[in-house]
Amino acid sequence: MRFRLNVEKVMATQRKAVALISGGLDSLLAAKVMLEQGVHVEGINFYTGFCVEGHTHAIRKKDKAKPKRNNALWSAEKLGIKLHIIDIIEEYKDVLINPKHGYGANMNPCLDCKIFMVGKAKEWAEENGFDFIITGEVIGQRPMSQRRETMPVISEESGADDRLLRPLCAQNLPETLPEREGWVNRDELYDFSGRTRKPQMALAQKFGFDDYAQPAGGCCFLTDKAYSVKLTDLWASRGKRDYEIDDIMLLKVGRHIRPKPHFKLIIAREEGENNFLQGYKKQFITLRTMSHKGPLTLLDGKASDEDLKLASQIVARFSQGRDAEAVDVEVTEKGVSQSYTVTPLKPDEIEPSWRV
Amino acid sequence: MIELDVRRLMCPMPVIKTQDRIKTMAPGEHLRVTCTDPGVMQDIPAWCRINGHTVLTAEEIDHEYSLIIEVGG
Repeated sequence: MRFRLNVEKVMATQRKAVALISGGLDSLLAAKVMLEQGVHVEGINFYTGFCVEGHTHAIRKKDKAKPKRNNALWSAEKLGIKLHIIDIIEEYKDVLINPKHGYGANMNPCLDCKIFMVGKAKEWAEENGFDFIITGEVIGQRPMSQRRETMPVISEESGADDRLLRPLCAQNLPETLPEREGWVNRDELYDFSGRTRKPQMALAQKFGFDDYAQPAGGCCFLTDKAYSVKLTDLWASRGKRDYEIDDIMLLKVGRHIRPKPHFKLIIAREEGENNFLQGYKKQFITLRTMSHKGPLTLLDGKASDEDLKLASQIVARFSQGRDAEAVDVEVTEKGVSQSYTVTPLKPDEIEPSWRV
Repeated sequence: MIELDVRRLMCPMPVIKTQDRIKTMAPGEHLRVTCTDPGVMQDIPAWCRINGHTVLTAEEIDHEYSLIIEVGG
């Protein structure tokens, strides 16, 4: 009889939480802590276009040896929860281009990004009848977005307010609605803080999680210095801060060389990139060495005949004819090809400032 | 059989397109997804396992990947 009453109580009061799942350890643990407390949890994962997860493994041949799993899906499967993956590429542009709270060390608008994602999760929760939102945030874990001062900013500006619970550091923060209402037991939440990963690793061990993802540079290309430099160069060359998904994909591929302000070359570095760039042949001027083996190259921008000769000399430099007297280069635009016979540039003729 | 062509899209976009298409389908219906990103061979089956759908076949032909999914209840 007592058992039946308890079951009825659980059935009547089981609350529903949507968990932001990045694919990393912290969000995995935060969701698991909630499941342990009997909360119904479903995951939500946002795709900005800059996620390290996903398509990058499909490009470089050297990456093909690595496992091709999507870590957010892996996390959800480990947890036994549903995962909803949401395309926010278009909406995310405003977050990146006009971040209210500015950028981190590179072009990473981490605080605005978190506010935006928690806000989107709140909208989703309301539409789908969920009671609260959880994240794997830990005070002090990240220098820009996960600080004591930023925790209330995220709660307030996202509109989630006290329906945002951070199970891994909740004991260091004021009580939230789920705690006050007894939907979760605050005593069984955690007080993690700082950059150390030891408490998370111990908790992962307790839950039997191994083989979890530990990306060294986080899960976003915008935290990467080289990538950020390329994005800044793209905006400067176009005279406006905007992008399409193809732009941000191409920033991940090839050598980028800008010999003139009005055009840039994207030169494949290996077979996988060569294959990937093939898909863009109709959209760009392409260059290919014909007399010697060499990489496929895209030309982004506008180029005069003189520019095309210079571009051909650069491309020849990266071909097997780099030491030859003359290299034949085919330049194709909108299906029409012309040939240039050029002397490859010498290494010291490629200005360091051209390399993006 | 409903067809979904997501060639040239990179993961996770094929998964997102599959997810969004399946939302409009009834249990028992079949969806064939055609892709070029090899990542789908892991990601779509994982997404299906999580969300209660069944991958009936998954094959590679000439660098293209084709998966047939039966929508779950």
